[in-house]
Amino acid sequence: MPVITLNVNGVERKTEVAPGEHLLFVLRNRLGLTGTKYGCGEGQCGACTVLLRGKSIRSCRVPAESVTGSKIVTIEGLATNGRLHPLQQAFLDEEAFQCGFCTTGMIMSAHSVLAANPHTSDEDIIQYMDGNVCRCGTYPRILAAIRRVAQGAKKS
Amino acid sequence: MKELAPLRPAENEVRENTLRESDLRKNDLRENDLQEAEQHAVAPLRPFFEVNRRDLFKLLGAGLVVGICDRSAFAQESGRGRGETIPQDLAAWLHIGGDSKITVFTGKVEMGQNIRTSLAQQVAEELHAPMDSISLIMGDTNLTPFDLGTFGSRSTPQMGSQLRNVAAAACDMLLDLAAQRWQADRHALSANDGAIINSSTGKKLTYGELTQGQNLVKTLAGDPPLTPAAQWRVAGTAVPKVDGRTFVTGVHRYTSDMTRPGMLYGAVLRPSAFNAKLLSLDSKQAEKVPNVIVVHDGDFVGVAAPDDPSAANAVDLINAQWSAPPQISESALFDSLRQSPDGESRVGGFGGGNHETGSVSAGMASAAKTLSQTYTAAYIQHAPLEPRAAVAEWEENKLTVWTGTQRPFGVREELSAAFHLPLDQVRVIVPDTGSAYGGKHTGDAAVEAARLAKAAGKPVKLVWTREEEFTWAYFRPAGVIDVKSGIAADGTLLAWEFHNYNSGPAGIGTPYNVANQKIQFHPAKNPPLRQGSYRGLAATANHFARESHMDELAALAGLDPLAFRLKNITDPRLRAAFETAAQRFGWGKQPATPTRGFGIAGGFEKGGYLATCAEVAVDRAMGRVKIVRVVQSFDCGAVVNPNGLKNQISGAIVQGIGGAMFEAVHFENGRVTNPRFSEYRLPRFSDAPQIEVELIDRKDLPSAGAGETPLMGLAPAVAGAIFSATGIRLRSLPLLPKPLKL
Repeated sequence: MPVITLNVNGVERKTEVAPGEHLLFVLRNRLGLTGTKYGCGEGQCGACTVLLRGKSIRSCRVPAESVTGSKIVTIEGLATNGRLHPLQQAFLDEEAFQCGFCTTGMIMSAHSVLAANPHTSDEDIIQYMDGNVCRCGTYPRILAAIRRVAQGAKKS
Repeated sequence: MKELAPLRPAENEVRENTLRESDLRKNDLRENDLQEAEQHAVAPLRPFFEVNRRDLFKLLGAGLVVGICDRSAFAQESGRGRGETIPQDLAAWLHIGGDSKITVFTGKVEMGQNIRTSLAQQVAEELHAPMDSISLIMGDTNLTPFDLGTFGSRSTPQMGSQLRNVAAAACDMLLDLAAQRWQADRHALSANDGAIINSSTGKKLTYGELTQGQNLVKTLAGDPPLTPAAQWRVAGTAVPKVDGRTFVTGVHRYTSDMTRPGMLYGAVLRPSAFNAKLLSLDSKQAEKVPNVIVVHDGDFVGVAAPDDPSAANAVDLINAQWSAPPQISESALFDSLRQSPDGESRVGGFGGGNHETGSVSAGMASAAKTLSQTYTAAYIQHAPLEPRAAVAEWEENKLTVWTGTQRPFGVREELSAAFHLPLDQVRVIVPDTGSAYGGKHTGDAAVEAARLAKAAGKPVKLVWTREEEFTWAYFRPAGVIDVKSGIAADGTLLAWEFHNYNSGPAGIGTPYNVANQKIQFHPAKNPPLRQGSYRGLAATANHFARESHMDELAALAGLDPLAFRLKNITDPRLRAAFETAAQRFGWGKQPATPTRGFGIAGGFEKGGYLATCAEVAVDRAMGRVKIVRVVQSFDCGAVVNPNGLKNQISGAIVQGIGGAMFEAVHFENGRVTNPRFSEYRLPRFSDAPQIEVELIDRKDLPSAGAGETPLMGLAPAVAGAIFSATGIRLRSLPLLPKPLKL
């Protein structure tokens, strides 16, 4: 089985992969990063969202071999020294989850939308986040959490 | 090789769960009405509580254990006090250790409904202990007492009150212990923040200091006095979700995230269609994949492999021939449901039931206006974002399975039956689950993973694919509902006849005053898809039919939909729900236009009262409808956690949009034809309206559950709103599988 090196959360990690194995399963099953979730396997629900070179991608659709040498950030890489990322804190403060299964993907997608434009509008957030499913229906709170960070960025 | 029990339990097995829910409601009635109880007595289920006292203290350390017996056991055996053994019929219990840590044990499970937090709040309240000193062990068949399952909105009214009783008794015992220790008058002592305080001496002992080194056991003999909701300090407040941080960091381990040493990955070869039989199998190629084990047992074919891609690859290499009988397709669904009643009709849900009072024909004869209409509901899928998953591990003849299920003890029974094991050799543990919505009552993935693990001699994890979830799980039953009614010239309801075919009896009754009524549920004999429990059961379809019909009657009477309803309701809680929602919404303040409509609906179910107002915007050129604003009132007695409750209600509204507007499982001759998210539309961010929730906090009334009933108002309110804008009355769920023709 081929061995590849992935740059995940700032660390170079060597791992075996099966030909064509998707990044999601490499992260989860080979690197133990289970914060990224499987929800549909066809890029429709966003539970598997991670950042590739700072932009959100659906890791269930990306072969792991195709992203060697690119910086990958997963939910496990967001907090620094035990301090939550502002988005994680905002989700917690708004209690923007129920079962929590979509939460990590939501946060990674939100990270991407705010990285592109820290002052983004509700309309832009909704459009960007429409590919992320929360089956518990927590959308209004998730929107409020992202807005909270966007508005924080506006103030500073 | 031993023959396995069927891996796909028959429909009747899932239906049985639904029946058990109605049994539970009967249990509830028993509390209020003993005579009624005798008529509906439910055979007691044998509890299995395997941890003995010695093991318990070994597990948790010395301290105080307080348990509460099953309610039905109380009636037979009252007056039990402090004992040396733990009785076999406990419903819940808690342990206070020398470190003042409180561990609560309940067979309920957490799946996003926030019950882990709200139960802890109720313990904190009665035990006067800090929230962070309390942890809950949930849904572990070796550690927690028997529990029927987490469904039917029972956790708050049943487990909540049981745990409050346990906590109050524990507090009482701690006061006794402190009084003995200090030789003090108990009246001078009080409990606060995890300690007993003597107000006359100023002395203080923490709970840990009081229980340290002791092995005390108490079981409850009755209901101790509880703190009235009006005096709650922790319960009734917006305590944050107890382990919220683990969800935003990705640290929480769902079943699908678990690993065990040496664990293999499983995959299952699925039949070509429902009810297919395996004719022939060629697995030679699959067996050549290194380290892959192929298991063939009856109609079950699966593999276990060291990694996920190898498992998937091996399944792809298996050649199988199946034979499937011809089956009913979607186009013939409603006719088939209506034409195949099994001759028996079942008792309905809360507030209803099969019955006839007065004479519908006489009522219809005296009516100024009559109406007869049919409503339908499609099969829909729960689509929990975490699919069914299980990790199974054998140790000699003992089996442990971690799985996301609403019925850990039920799944233990399934495993015990499948592998011919005594119950005490099977342990089921439920990690907090990536939601269920009524869809995770069965142990399909658990049995499959255990079968593969048994063959492999190693732990096996099996996570269903989304396509498997959409095909081999079960569905919310489709249904046909016929309603016939009559009103007097002034809009007074005179006759009401309601027949539900197949979708279910929950919420089938009417809360409106009508002297002449006939209500019946007709289960279909051979429904085309495997069907079972779904959040709210049939109450969603029944509310849709009833409230839509009420709207149509209002139009017939020339009355406003709200005024017509209020004219026919006396129940003060339901009136309050309607009035509260209408006021917040501004009902009647704005006239409907061809592009803007308003609808209202309400009802009660499982102890909760609701009313929903919806505003829709109609794009006439495109035939599209957008729900722009929803106001919902909800009364479920004393509110335990307003923030968690609002989250549940708002979430139910959003989830309800799916079933109301566009969700439907399509199927053709034994196959689901839209088994993926790209083909089965779910509510998304852009579908979410502005949502306003009005809680009616009745601190004078016991708390009811709230996981289900908030789903019920959305569909009829939206149908009413679409009618008010367009004059088109839509009577089938989903309402808008295609654009409106305007």
